[in-house]
Amino acid sequence: MTDTITPPAIEVRQLDKRFGAIHAVRNVSFSVRHGEVLGFLGPNGAGKSTTMKMIAGFLEPTSGTVLVNGHDVQLEPIKVKSSIGYLPEGAPTYGEMTVQRFLNFIAEIRGLDGDARQQRVDHVVRQIHLEGVLNQTIETLSKGFKRRVGVAQTLLHDPGVLIMDEPTDGLDPNQKFEVRSLIKEMAKEKAIVISTHILEEVDAVCSRAIIIAAGQLLFDGTPAELRARSADNDIDNAFRLLTTQLNPQPEAVAPA
Amino acid sequence: MRNILAIARRELHGYFSTPLAYVFIVIFLFLTGIFTFYIGAFYERNQADLDPFFRFHPWLYLFLIPAIAMRLWSEERKTGTIELLMTLPITVPEAVLGKFLAAWAFSGIALVLTFPMWITVNYLGAPDNTVIVAGYLGSFLMAGGFLAIGACISALTRSQVIAFVISVAVCFLFILSGFPLVLDFFQAWAPQALVDAIASISFLTHFESLQKGVIDLRDLIYYAVLISFWLYANVVVIEMKKAD
Repeated sequence: MTDTITPPAIEVRQLDKRFGAIHAVRNVSFSVRHGEVLGFLGPNGAGKSTTMKMIAGFLEPTSGTVLVNGHDVQLEPIKVKSSIGYLPEGAPTYGEMTVQRFLNFIAEIRGLDGDARQQRVDHVVRQIHLEGVLNQTIETLSKGFKRRVGVAQTLLHDPGVLIMDEPTDGLDPNQKFEVRSLIKEMAKEKAIVISTHILEEVDAVCSRAIIIAAGQLLFDGTPAELRARSADNDIDNAFRLLTTQLNPQPEAVAPA
Repeated sequence: MRNILAIARRELHGYFSTPLAYVFIVIFLFLTGIFTFYIGAFYERNQADLDPFFRFHPWLYLFLIPAIAMRLWSEERKTGTIELLMTLPITVPEAVLGKFLAAWAFSGIALVLTFPMWITVNYLGAPDNTVIVAGYLGSFLMAGGFLAIGACISALTRSQVIAFVISVAVCFLFILSGFPLVLDFFQAWAPQALVDAIASISFLTHFESLQKGVIDLRDLIYYAVLISFWLYANVVVIEMKKAD
């Protein structure tokens, strides 16, 4: 990156989170610049969602800081939340609302009014292809549509920073392709963090990948570098190699 | 303010987009009717006032208001939308206030729909309408008190049923503390100051004077303090355990 004067879009410094006895995130640091798509990888329960929740300002870290465009999430939560589009895990939405009403509500809270609101909602509806379900209540929609409403909600205020927890989960292959194309399209001017279980997605959309397992950061580099970690240049094998050497499999223990 | 209104509008619309609102209003109107005319002996008393109507409001509210309040936060927790809500650029007090105002407005709508009662009593006689206005004010404030309690308790759990049951129990304590049965029990041995203190935290004590047409500043302050206290507790609960 040539741009070193402006602060990175997201800067995570020595982030730590404990839930009672569980040490969910351990001393994780990384940063994301505008124009980057960061793929967040790791086994289930690795601390991916917890880290994303802390960046989005939903959870408070036990220690460490998160800066978004140079602003501390804990000190200036409203400012930071205004500049982020966040898709929580499972894409929760208000099921009893219609798609139109829901998007209008989010746009209103995001500070959009009148014509500007109408234009942004219309634009995002076209972008995510929600025209056909605008007047349906969200709870009656299929899983794929619900997810897309969740994605649409993150884009209304055209945020510079996007954080999406499994944006393509539950989508069919065509919808996955569309969401990935959308992410790639937006990547030019935004800083995007997506978490995923699908390793091919990293190759398809991410310019950088981070692997977390058991709360620890194990890898930070380009997808090509990740692939190079395995002997056969395979991203799945590289992932398995990195995430299993930390915790030896219990099955490997010889029976008594 | 803008955020509070946006949240309140969404929440109020949420009531009316499920059968809950209609079921609630119908049952509320039906029960106020039964209580007023049968148990309250509206006709037999031969007095043109709404005393038998208002007298049963605390007991109706005891069960009906927790039913309005129980979904306010429990549902957000259960469906995970609390994570969406709390990562929008709003503060916790804005969210708490918006939700409370929506529920209060809803209970106000139900109360306004009892207007046939007022028409009836004016048709049959010449009641003191200022007393009736004070009664409505008292009833509305009391509903706010019950709602603030219910909203706070709803924030503690993801189960609406648990929120309902605990809210009813807590609200019952707030009614009970003004009941002669309870006060007599304390009267026998406790100093008068303690008896007065217990009586003064009761909904009944503060509702009765309004119901009789006396708008006493102390009663208004009581409800303002009660509602503020529980809303503040609601904010604290959400801030402490957003993600649980």
